[in-house]
Amino acid sequence: MRPVKKYGSEHRGTVGVITSENPRMTCRNVNVYYGDKHAILDVSIDIGRNEVIAMIGPSGCGKSTFLRCLNRMNDTIDSCRVTGEIFLDDQNIYDKKIDVVPLRAQVGMVFQKPNPFPKSIYDNVAYGPKIHGLVQNKVEQDEVVETSLKKAGLWEEVKDRLAHPGTGLSGGQQQRLCIARTIAVNPEVILMDEPCSALDPIATAKIEELIDELRAHYTIAIVTHSMQQAARVSQRTAYFHLGDLIEVGETKQIFTNPSHRLTEDYITGRFG
Amino acid sequence: MSDIDMDKTNKTIDTVKRGLARRYAAERRFRLFGLIAIVISLSFLVLLFGTVISKGYSAFQQTFVQLEVTFDRAMIDRDNPANSDFGGLVKAAMGREFPEVSGRKDKRKLNGLVSTGAVYQLQDMVSTDPGLIGTTNLVWVPADDDVDMLMKGHAKRTGAESDRRLDDQQLAWIGKWEQEGKIRKQFNRAFFTSGDSREPELAGIWGAFVGTILTLALTLALSFPIGISASIYLEEFAPRNRFVDLVEVNINNLAAVPSIVFGLLGLAVFINFFHLPRSSPLVGGLVLTLMTLPTIIIASRASLQSVPPSIREAALGIGASKMQMVNHHVLPLALPGMLTGTIIGMARALGETAPLLMIGMVAFIVDIPDSFVTPATALPVQIFLWADSPERAFVERTSAAILVLLAFLVVMNSLAVILRNRFERRW
Repeated sequence: MRPVKKYGSEHRGTVGVITSENPRMTCRNVNVYYGDKHAILDVSIDIGRNEVIAMIGPSGCGKSTFLRCLNRMNDTIDSCRVTGEIFLDDQNIYDKKIDVVPLRAQVGMVFQKPNPFPKSIYDNVAYGPKIHGLVQNKVEQDEVVETSLKKAGLWEEVKDRLAHPGTGLSGGQQQRLCIARTIAVNPEVILMDEPCSALDPIATAKIEELIDELRAHYTIAIVTHSMQQAARVSQRTAYFHLGDLIEVGETKQIFTNPSHRLTEDYITGRFG
Repeated sequence: MSDIDMDKTNKTIDTVKRGLARRYAAERRFRLFGLIAIVISLSFLVLLFGTVISKGYSAFQQTFVQLEVTFDRAMIDRDNPANSDFGGLVKAAMGREFPEVSGRKDKRKLNGLVSTGAVYQLQDMVSTDPGLIGTTNLVWVPADDDVDMLMKGHAKRTGAESDRRLDDQQLAWIGKWEQEGKIRKQFNRAFFTSGDSREPELAGIWGAFVGTILTLALTLALSFPIGISASIYLEEFAPRNRFVDLVEVNINNLAAVPSIVFGLLGLAVFINFFHLPRSSPLVGGLVLTLMTLPTIIIASRASLQSVPPSIREAALGIGASKMQMVNHHVLPLALPGMLTGTIIGMARALGETAPLLMIGMVAFIVDIPDSFVTPATALPVQIFLWADSPERAFVERTSAAILVLLAFLVVMNSLAVILRNRFERRW
């Protein structure tokens, strides 16, 4: 599909290439309603295997809402209704027969605000494998905790105080702990909802580095307010505007040569 | 900066400064009002405790009289002590003490100085130690409540004879005992070990205390799990629809229903329909459970709502089921608040009198209840009963019972605070 140049600002259909050569998740005609409010309008997009896709857009554009559709976290909101199809590999995750518990083990999530459990660092990481029965004994459990913390780049900092409460860590460490907790259940896709918005630049840099490393094993969808961050960590970028998916494309192309006027206005800082 | 700007800044500062005095005055006023409120409530508390303690402390002592009792073989049935004439023993001992007293009327006045409990005391002594039969012993027996009041200074020794409970002759006898050191006050064990009695000097709090413990234990055992389950279901699992809204509104309304209505409900449902035993801690516990449930549910729901949603999302986000989310993460954080709510409900149940009146726990019960189905009474009802009694000696017992109730309350609340601090966690 060839990108089409310069639609008028009133046109809100998606431009760019929504498909991926090697898709892990395929979303087609996704609509989300909060009661009467139509929050996501007919969004279709692929999320490729082992790629980082960034979702950007002004506040309230629906990017977080869309992200939360991908592991059905929106189910927890009573007034929320989702239509359309979202496939994880070949499974429609909105199929009636799909159980959300294993789905969320496959599609993990890291939240905006670091939210470690008020338990020890060790228990935070071990909790997921424990409830899913991924570990048979203490030795295996120790191993999972260690590898997860190593993958999250936190092991060296906390290996001597695994029994300390996770809430006692600094903000950046807490967020990496949450990432370790997500990795511990070995998901296929990791969703990140503005993971660095509460962190300082140094902690942010560490997380971004981590995201780049995790890409080798996982598919990552990240919502971010920082365009620099999107440019740094992602291969593809999707621009949302008032519930519409305006443009999808290679990150480089989006930031250097956007096709849609709204995208261009946003990345050049005219609004948002 | 230009002159105009300077001028403007000065004006702003001036305006702010002018308002400052007023703002600080408002703050000082508020602090003063707060202080006054606290002083007033504290002084009322002091007044309450002062009155209760000053009236009640004397009930923890009781007047006893020393008698030289001869356990006469002829008057005691060795095989069946209950059949023996222990009253005769007491009378004989009194006769030996005051040999000059003659005449039926005078003898009755004399014997009236000793409590009727003396008879049971002697009977118990012989039952536990039959070897006493045939010996003569010095025994301290409880004095009558009128003598007790006199010794504690609550009854007049002077004034017109007709205005007094004890006449001049009786006062003379007591005076002789006092001279010989045969009358004294000692710790009132009976108050803590026996049940209710028509005789103030024999009446104790233990029966009501056990009744309260049984009733509250049942209330706690039922209302805590039911209340917490209900609140968890309503807060975490129930769909949001009109029916659930209706349930919520009704729970809130139930919390405000006067307790006597719950008593009537208990009477109609548990006693008249299910034929559960009247006056029993079982029915009392059930009624108080109904009464306590709304309080516990409301407090527990508030406590569940205060658990940050991020904890729920974190648990769900790594694939915990809803039940796991609640049990592993939400409940531990909400438990301190739930315990607080429960203790508030239990404290209310502890002091509740009206519903217990309706289900017959106001009956005069001498025996100590030994199960959930035996007739019993409760501390607040006992206070009510004693406060209603005409004898002067019941006045101090009423206050003493209030002290016991308050002590119970303090122990219960401190236990809750300790439990809560143990469970409390930071997030």
